[in-house]
Amino acid sequence: MMELTKRFKGIAEDPGLSFAQKARYLSLEAENSLPYPELDEETAKALEERVICDMYEGHAPFKPRYVMPDYSIVLEKGSTYLELDPATTLDEAINSLTIAYHHVPSVTNMPVFIGRLDDLLLPYCDDVSDEDLYKKLELFWRYLDRVLPDAFMHANVGPTDNRVARTIMRIDAELKQIAPNVTFIWDPEVSSDEIFSQACQSIIECSKPHIANNPLNQPLFDEYGYGIASCYNVLPLCGGASTLTRINLREVARRSKDTADFFENTLPKYIDLNFRLTEARIDHLFNKSGFFESFLVKEGWIRKDRFAAMYGIFAMAQCVDELQAKEGRTGKYGHDETANKLGHRISKALYDAVEARPIENVWRGKAMLHSQAGLSDDDGCTPGVRIPYGSEPDPVSHVQALAEHHAFYPSGVSEILTLDETVENNLAALKQLVKGAFSQGFREFSANISNNDLVRITGYMVRLSDIAKFKECGGSRTNTTVLGAEAADKGKILERAPRVMSHELAPRYSQ
Amino acid sequence: MNLPLATVSKVLKFSCVDGPGSRLVLFLQGCNFACPSCHNPHTMKLCNDCGDCLPVCSTGALTIVQGKVLYDPSICEHCDKCLDICPINANPKVTQYSVDNVLALLDQNKPFLNGITVSGGEATMQLKFIIALFTAIKANDKLKDLTCFIDSNGYLPEAAWKTVLPVTDGVMLDIKAFEGDLHSQLTTRSNERVLSSARLLFEAGKLHELRYLLIPERTDTAKEIAELSRFVGALDSNLPLRLNAFQHHGVQGEARNWPTMKQPDVERIAQDLRAAGLSNVVTPAVYI
Ligand code: SF4
Ligand code: SF4
Repeated sequence: MMELTKRFKGIAEDPGLSFAQKARYLSLEAENSLPYPELDEETAKALEERVICDMYEGHAPFKPRYVMPDYSIVLEKGSTYLELDPATTLDEAINSLTIAYHHVPSVTNMPVFIGRLDDLLLPYCDDVSDEDLYKKLELFWRYLDRVLPDAFMHANVGPTDNRVARTIMRIDAELKQIAPNVTFIWDPEVSSDEIFSQACQSIIECSKPHIANNPLNQPLFDEYGYGIASCYNVLPLCGGASTLTRINLREVARRSKDTADFFENTLPKYIDLNFRLTEARIDHLFNKSGFFESFLVKEGWIRKDRFAAMYGIFAMAQCVDELQAKEGRTGKYGHDETANKLGHRISKALYDAVEARPIENVWRGKAMLHSQAGLSDDDGCTPGVRIPYGSEPDPVSHVQALAEHHAFYPSGVSEILTLDETVENNLAALKQLVKGAFSQGFREFSANISNNDLVRITGYMVRLSDIAKFKECGGSRTNTTVLGAEAADKGKILERAPRVMSHELAPRYSQ
Repeated sequence: MNLPLATVSKVLKFSCVDGPGSRLVLFLQGCNFACPSCHNPHTMKLCNDCGDCLPVCSTGALTIVQGKVLYDPSICEHCDKCLDICPINANPKVTQYSVDNVLALLDQNKPFLNGITVSGGEATMQLKFIIALFTAIKANDKLKDLTCFIDSNGYLPEAAWKTVLPVTDGVMLDIKAFEGDLHSQLTTRSNERVLSSARLLFEAGKLHELRYLLIPERTDTAKEIAELSRFVGALDSNLPLRLNAFQHHGVQGEARNWPTMKQPDVERIAQDLRAAGLSNVVTPAVYI
């Protein structure tokens, strides 16, 4: 108990955290003082050694990791619980949404998905002039960034070309805010070339939006469709994901004698253990937490049978390099044909194993494989199936090396292509690169333009000028807490929790 | 049949600065100018197999067989010591490409491409290959929508341009200077052919872009800029004009002592050119 109160005190008195951040870390500490859902000895050991990982989600899962409500319910029918009437005007619709967001939990306690906004808002825009639409959405955007400052909060627009999608992307490129993150859903049969161009131009200006490949994603989902949340999770709408667990593939490779041992023994073993971990956490959420008694289910915002289990992996690059070394080969992941092929084979083995195992209380009875984008501290492991940062080949070779993986990751695979700033003068080149990537099987395209102020770190956005400001004067709008003079380098500044932070990447208090 | 081969120093699968859209670029070895300001001087000459670079190569990537220097890219560590030591600005790290080799490369990367650009060195020194390649692309059902561009210093004579233009979609042309003596100093050649190439390409509707390298105290003088403005204006005030800024990156010899061109000066000159009526002046995105 002494130890625990000491930690509470440390958080309560940390000058680097805002009061909201303190409240969140304190509640996490409280949750983690409870016993963990019961695990067998072998699973507990693998978790302890972090070969498998629960994303430090907390000991007592009492809410799903990602909630993807069908917000059209509250707009069209109102909400008895929240005492809201159906919306009849754009102002009412935006107002209902901003209220709704505060009642949608997630792993970070902030909404990670704020809706396919053009679908939601278009019905209320008929009598609204372009000028009014711009003004109202601009205020809405400002509200989101200031009140729900989480870089993982994600808005979706597209695939149709419409006023709301265009106006949102225009405002997003102008304001260059960290939140919300945006995905434009692209479909060559539906999206016009103009809106696709606008999305690419916006990438040039602010590294947003991501672009999702609708023809590859849509067939996996039903008539409710899907949404894109957080840092590249593709999930059923009107549901979400209960859990995200992940396997550290580097650790699995280290525990294997050679490639054959990896495929025959170690990988299947840890796949099984990660399943057991997933099942224990889902069991707690479904059978003990009472979450599904919530008004969200009663009013139809979400359905209990539409929650996926995200089955994550990371450190593919280190895993492949480790196995290559065990086989006496030098070719590196991302650059060498044999190494890349080995990576594809691992993805396929994972996919087949996940498809083969039924799992209870999960959408369609199967988990969904996910290429997981990482935590802020992953000890030299590269996110998902990505090529290590700084050693990426040219963008075309980069896409060619990874494209084959994408088919195996139905719940999302996040890549970031870093493009140098010369692409700014050449929109056509960027468009062709996106189309090329999609034609090769990419599910999703994200790019950083190297001199943009807004850049992605592992998948969330940060503003480089904020970091520069911290360096100069230790205070800026985006962080009201005083930053010490020692917080000089980028890594440290990010650890110092700016006002708009990526809560998902900092799942525990780590002082 | 004696099919032409190209001596290629480098291939880029993705470039967004070598013509419209996304392009595969072939850099051909050898140049007929010898500009002190060149940032790739090792592309100027063809290797004469003297063997001087072999001893500095610690990886064994370079060997000499029957008097010919051979290069094995699979073990090269790209230390570039061989380039530094070469007495004639040549490059042992070249690969011979046939037309079919390039077609295969295009085929592999087609979904990502809007076209191909041959650059250099001076690409037109290997004109036969370019004509054969572009003709083959235009005749290939899968590849024919790729546009074919040349990046050139404009030294090619008129008659030779006429043989390649029917299969060429556009040319990016460099003008180094307008005043004759200055041009000779900067390139070792006179500029008459360059200026008439520009006019010829423009008349043929194939001049995609003019490029002008700004070097402080040499090509950024009021007189040169006025000539530039007049020359471009006389062709078409909407013609894309790309201003490049002299930097030290890659430069060797005396030009390393020349001052570099700074962004504010480039922007000021661009403004002056725009004020003089040129509507399509592009300035560098990066200064390195
Ligand atoms: S760059 Fe030249 S010297 Fe260096 S390893 Fe390659 S061939 Fe040898
Ligand atoms: S590259 Fe230069 S040094 Fe090497 S063999 Fe050729 S001419 Fe001689």
